[in-house]
Amino acid sequence: MRKSISLCLLALGLSVSQLFAHSGDSTKLASKAILPDADNAGLKLPAGFGALKVADSIGRARHIAITDKGTIYVKLARLVNGKGIVMLRDNDGDGRAEEKGSFGEFGGTGIAISGKWLYASSDEEVFRYALTPEGSLVNPMSPQKIITGLINRRQHESKSIALDGKGNIYVNIGAFSNSCQEKDRGKGAKGMMPCPILDSAGGIWKFDTEKSNQTYGDGKRFATGLRNVVGLDWNKQNNQLFVMQHGRDQLHDLFPDLYDEKASAEKPAETMYALKEGSNAGWPYIYFDPELKQKIVAPEYGGDGKKVSTDPAFQDPAIAFPAHMAPNALLFYTGNQFPAKYKNGAFVAFHGSWNRAPLPQEGYFVAFVPFENGKPTGQWEIFANGFAGVEVVTGTRGAQHRPCGLAQGPDGSLYVTDDSKGTIYRIMYNGK
Amino acid sequence: MKRIRIFLMMVLVCLVTKLSAQSPKPISKSVMENGKTIYLSRCLACHQVDGGGVPHLNAPLDGASAVIAADKAKLIRIVLKGYSDRVEIDGEYYSNNMSAHADLKDQQVADVLTYIRNSWSNKATAVTAAEVKAVRAKLK
Repeated sequence: MRKSISLCLLALGLSVSQLFAHSGDSTKLASKAILPDADNAGLKLPAGFGALKVADSIGRARHIAITDKGTIYVKLARLVNGKGIVMLRDNDGDGRAEEKGSFGEFGGTGIAISGKWLYASSDEEVFRYALTPEGSLVNPMSPQKIITGLINRRQHESKSIALDGKGNIYVNIGAFSNSCQEKDRGKGAKGMMPCPILDSAGGIWKFDTEKSNQTYGDGKRFATGLRNVVGLDWNKQNNQLFVMQHGRDQLHDLFPDLYDEKASAEKPAETMYALKEGSNAGWPYIYFDPELKQKIVAPEYGGDGKKVSTDPAFQDPAIAFPAHMAPNALLFYTGNQFPAKYKNGAFVAFHGSWNRAPLPQEGYFVAFVPFENGKPTGQWEIFANGFAGVEVVTGTRGAQHRPCGLAQGPDGSLYVTDDSKGTIYRIMYNGK
Repeated sequence: MKRIRIFLMMVLVCLVTKLSAQSPKPISKSVMENGKTIYLSRCLACHQVDGGGVPHLNAPLDGASAVIAADKAKLIRIVLKGYSDRVEIDGEYYSNNMSAHADLKDQQVADVLTYIRNSWSNKATAVTAAEVKAVRAKLK
């Protein structure tokens, strides 16, 4: 009798453990079963890739960061219901977020995760929030203010951030000007010499992640001559900061005798730089011409549209992209989900141009460039397109969605934000 | 005979109503063409071909309350002096500065403003050179 009871219990135990094992498997099955949207969320992707909408209409979604357990944090440019950071979670494993929360009483662009901290910026300050091991906030009401008092004069006001994992945070402070003219965007106006803006903006500043309330005097100007950087990322393969510069506008409007409308639409290049301490990308004195493949003296500083700059202080770009496409995010891909060619390569989210009129606008896509050890190993190509929802964008407001932020999920999926309609896309590889 | 007289009266009434209903007054083709030429060379890059501006960077003109407002002096001042204040415009903020266009002649400012007040979905009264002259005099 006793024996039969214990046998019975054993059988019961087995079936219970089988049940647990089964439920363990079902989680795996669920994560395998993340299906893209039937129309790939409206995106055009290379063969084998699919996409879905994780969330929609969350506000003006700028940059995005994801914890190693999959909790998504998105920075909003403008507050929604008084909050500037959105938290998204997918609890049932279908890839779409059903849990949503918000916190942080400041609008802005920058957001990043490093170690146990979530960092986020307004247009003047940088804060950080402690994270639990599960990726929740320890205290959403009281972040530590680590940087304060950064210049915000409307133009190029967003403060993007990147971290090196060694206690340093890099902050972009954009120039509050197009080309440092005596009168900003004034027809034919001369450039100020030297450009006084560079003292406090037009570059990347480096600060300590562990100190509170730092400002200019506590940090260091790490790199200068960068008009405005929105997309930047730390390359872990060669331990170097890479940035995407937004090139200057309006060569034809300001200097019609030197540039026709076509030249103005196609110059200067949007440029990627590999930065070292003390790097100088040359703004406002020069720009990079994608056709001549040279650094050209800016017309505000005596250039005639062809005069090549020989100043050794100014660095060459790592890559030159077509003009005015507005690179708003940069991400070096370290995941294993995508095919091998994508490993260590750079994804760049182009927000889309406005300064090509009367020619059609360009951009509104995510591009890819293969990289190895911090050097590009091939040409750039379009990776994800179709965000605009129209074949030709004539006026910028005609674009339905505009790519703005990039992040890599724990499974190697690529996430893209849109700050026009507030859509969060997830791009996955499901080919063989 | 009486019938004809009534008919003529009715036609006259119709014509008068039609004319008075057409307020603002029709704007001449040449003013619109001249305004468009100036728009293409001075305004297009930022305010775009559809007058829609650029979200969060350059303010739209199409449907903008300040563009179609009865207070034309404010609009004239913006063109002559440029604009760099951080203010909310119809619920949104815009980052870029607008440069001054004081080098345009009074008639050119009037024509381009008449053009933007009567393009896309906008419909408003014309701006005259005299109105521009009056605002310009106060700026000096």
